[in-house]
Amino acid sequence: MNPIETPKQYSDYVDKKSPNSPILKNCFNAFWVGGLICSIGQIIFDFCKYKEMDVTSSNTVVSIVLIGIAAFLTGLNIFNKIGKFAGAGSLIPITGFANSIVSPAIEYKSEGYVMGVGGKMFTVAGPVLVFGISASVIIGIIATLFA
Amino acid sequence: MNRLGKQTIHFDNPPTIVETASIVGPKEAQGPMAGYFDQCLEDEFWGEKTWEKAESKIIKETVNLAVTKSGIPATNIDFCFAGDLLNQCISSSFGLRELNIPFFGIFGACSTFVEGMCLASICLEGGAANNVLCATSSHFCSAEKQFRFPLELGNQRPPTAQWTVTGSGAAVLSSSGNGPFITHITPGKIIDMGIKDANNMGAAMAPAAFDTLMTHFEDTGRKPSYYDAIITGDLGHVGKDILEDLCKTKGYNINANYDDCGVLIFDKSKQDTHSGGSGCACIRNSIFWLFLQTIT
Repeated sequence: MNPIETPKQYSDYVDKKSPNSPILKNCFNAFWVGGLICSIGQIIFDFCKYKEMDVTSSNTVVSIVLIGIAAFLTGLNIFNKIGKFAGAGSLIPITGFANSIVSPAIEYKSEGYVMGVGGKMFTVAGPVLVFGISASVIIGIIATLFA
Repeated sequence: MNRLGKQTIHFDNPPTIVETASIVGPKEAQGPMAGYFDQCLEDEFWGEKTWEKAESKIIKETVNLAVTKSGIPATNIDFCFAGDLLNQCISSSFGLRELNIPFFGIFGACSTFVEGMCLASICLEGGAANNVLCATSSHFCSAEKQFRFPLELGNQRPPTAQWTVTGSGAAVLSSSGNGPFITHITPGKIIDMGIKDANNMGAAMAPAAFDTLMTHFEDTGRKPSYYDAIITGDLGHVGKDILEDLCKTKGYNINANYDDCGVLIFDKSKQDTHSGGSGCACIRNSIFWLFLQTIT
């Protein structure tokens, strides 16, 4: 092995030396778990339609039910195990968003309800909200200008 | 006490490690070194309401145990060097507030325990103290909470990630005694080779360990074969491999007697700890193992 002098040489060496994540396995698990969560959402949606609800209300019911289940499973210490197995499969659907808000709420409860739960609830989901809302505002402006 | 070479200190009347104690969490208790700890906890809270309070209790009880085992009354211990991973070193300062021993709060992250022993040795050799206490702690849950993500968050850890050891270790050092002795110390420099991946701490730390080892060999004129064991704190599986490679580039082969506490403390195949253990308590609790190996 050649002597390593510069950060670049070291970085290249470390990249080769460090084990990689099992990408194929992770993708496969993310695919089927993510698909399953979305299918459950579709079943709830179809059930709402069957009960003669309109599309907007049905969509809202789907979100509420999936968020409720994910929050409940987070509290039972089960969702993190699903997340470890499925990765993006449970993170990308709205279940991941619920988990990212409930988990800091549980973790920081020990620091009080105002500064702990209230202040730190959005430490993980904060960036999603900031950039999600910012993007929707920009899109809204563009849509208004060209409407 | 005199300087050898660039940065090594040699002690003429080397301080003795009189006694050590360690308490660890449940995961460590399932690892290969379970038999070497004084006490293994059944859960991470140990009857407390928060991770931080639990960590404080662990260090408090460990220190009490070390002092009791040493047979030296707490009133005869002149100084205490302690630190941990949390903000303001709250585990140590809250845990040891009733100890009534002058307190040096130190932060050296994973190197805290060894840093404490280095400073304590200088203190003992310089005649400022006769007996000194060194202690450290880390807690997986409090460390995750402060540095990473809430425990309940459903994310994945890459294979290079390490697992913070839950536990505490303490040692009582004395200026007189029959050993084991601390004969030399070589404090290392901060070496940053630009690793930005927060989940690959082994690779980030290995160049500093390498530099310290090389300097130690040059300063003392010794070779790796002089030692029964060469131990690093928590480079983990990835960092350990890297350090062995780096040493070979300078013509040193340390493979025969080198090991890493992060590798030793967990069983990688069964415990899902990826690249191994890390944290303040890691080296301390593995040193205890080494201690038994070398004196028996």
